[in-house]
Amino acid sequence: MAQIEEVSFERIKHKKKMATEDLIFYIFNTLFLLLFALVTLYPILNTLAYSFNEGNDAVRGGIHLLPRKWSLRSYHEILFERPGIRVGAKITVLRTILGTLTSLAANALLSFILSRKKFLFKSSLSLFWIITMYASGGMIPVLILFRYLHLTSSFWVYIIPGMVSAFNVMVMRTYMQGIPDSLEEAAQLEGAGYMRVFVSIITPLCKPVYATIALFVAVYHWNSWFDAMLYNRFDPQYTTLQYELMKLLDSVSATTGASSSSAAQMTQANANTITPITVRAAATIATMAPIVALYPFLQRYFVTGLTIGGVKE
Amino acid sequence: MENSITKSKNIKEVDINKPKFTVKEFKRQWILVAISAVYVVYGIIFYYLPLAGWIMAFQHFVYAKGITGSKWVGLDKFKFLFNDKTFLMVIRNTFAMGVLNLFFSTIVAIAFAILLNEVRTRWFKKSIQTISYLPHFLSWIIVVAIVHDALTSTGIINEILMKVGILKQPYAFLGDPKLFWGIVTFSNLWKETGWNAIIYLAAITSIDPCLYESASIDGAGRFQKMLYVTLPGLRPTIMILLLMNMGNVLNAGFELQYLLGNGLVQNVSRTIDIYILDWALDARNLDYSLGTAAGIFKTVVSMTFILGSNYIAKKRGDERLF
Repeated sequence: MAQIEEVSFERIKHKKKMATEDLIFYIFNTLFLLLFALVTLYPILNTLAYSFNEGNDAVRGGIHLLPRKWSLRSYHEILFERPGIRVGAKITVLRTILGTLTSLAANALLSFILSRKKFLFKSSLSLFWIITMYASGGMIPVLILFRYLHLTSSFWVYIIPGMVSAFNVMVMRTYMQGIPDSLEEAAQLEGAGYMRVFVSIITPLCKPVYATIALFVAVYHWNSWFDAMLYNRFDPQYTTLQYELMKLLDSVSATTGASSSSAAQMTQANANTITPITVRAAATIATMAPIVALYPFLQRYFVTGLTIGGVKE
Repeated sequence: MENSITKSKNIKEVDINKPKFTVKEFKRQWILVAISAVYVVYGIIFYYLPLAGWIMAFQHFVYAKGITGSKWVGLDKFKFLFNDKTFLMVIRNTFAMGVLNLFFSTIVAIAFAILLNEVRTRWFKKSIQTISYLPHFLSWIIVVAIVHDALTSTGIINEILMKVGILKQPYAFLGDPKLFWGIVTFSNLWKETGWNAIIYLAAITSIDPCLYESASIDGAGRFQKMLYVTLPGLRPTIMILLLMNMGNVLNAGFELQYLLGNGLVQNVSRTIDIYILDWALDARNLDYSLGTAAGIFKTVVSMTFILGSNYIAKKRGDERLF
């Protein structure tokens, strides 16, 4: 495909259609895309600079890409002086690993069943799950249910309820349907049962889609805070990293956010009692670091995954 | 039987392949049936029981008394809801921000995909794309922290505007109700444009290159090709994504508004989900029944949107969901 495009491009070039209009377009397009990249990256780099700056100095603002007064104080604080963040980090890592593994297994098995052409209840079971994508009971019935089930005030509320997701199942099922039936039939002739077919034939062929779904689920777990707030508000031993970050954000915006409007003097007076902007910046950087570090390597997986799930659905 | 299936496969796949219900077949795939039963039980507990919880909206639900012990109040909760000025306000806010978001995110993502597609330098294209979908993987908390930092009195936006001379003093962007919807829309664009563009880029590469060839032979310029070849080629993708997102219009307003909102802008920032959450968390006026009723309203409207847009798409002969 790319070759053909290039050939056609060459031909246009030979026809000397590469006029000044084209050149102007290229320049503006490049500039625009560079601006886009700048707008995307600048805030992140700015946060990075703040996180390495000294706390009281940072309140003055005016820090761009480099810290003005270097200090590792903020990182020291989030690593050693804030027990909440440590607990949150532990719970987040635990739920990311456990949640991803269980969810992947549960979604894969259901997708396998739904992608068997001869399965007797294929259409009714599909419908059963598709309905769950659109009709949801809502926040409060779910909360009440979890309380009845004793899932609130527990770690398991992060793992069990979200284990099967109809959307992920549909993506995986679409992928599995693309695997030729002859493989399954051959294995069955050799005496393999359904579970054997799932483990030894389908699973090895589904690695790309498994990787994609695992990535989505892992990012979801890493980034979630709302369930920690709704179900485990009074249980600091089950807090998550993002929820801790949210509390930091709240304490900063409660003061500096309002500072520009009403409470400017108050902010100055309270500068030492509130969470300094640099601590929050350090926590933000620490929270996004694993994702930023891993994601260039995982890129190809989510691009393929999205294309399977979106275009074919 | 095997034979008949393979033979007729080419003619009509779905119907012929449908297995016949026989005891023998059932026994052969008993393990699939058994596992499905587990999934059905799981699905009933976690997805269908909450739907049954909708009856709470017709009671004055008290947790200690349970569903069986709470007093029935008929439609009182719904009556209260539609007479509540705050509820009507949050509906307006949710719709406004949902529609703004849907409209701008679609247009900007398509524009970005088309512009990126015009880049011929591979490494440049690749790097821009990699950078563009990084924000999708950051949490809303981080995005809000970033937006907040950019817009405070010492933030970059105030700094630039003051240097250029548009502003004399730092302006409190986050405290201005007129700007809130715009800030929310822009934050959404910042986070999701690159991600949303992936699917359009994939769709552009699948457009037949011959179309571009013949267009240029006919004398079409770059912009004409974008307008008359690329855009029509994207039409099915645009339609199906619009359809999928229609049902999400009301879901688009929670985390960002909850985290970015503050007392000064609460009349424009609060959405249906935040309204529901308040009834569930505020210890002083806890009312699970009202929250449930508001949730029912939201789900019913979303379903109507999906079914309605699907029906329209069907009539017009476009792509559709079901």
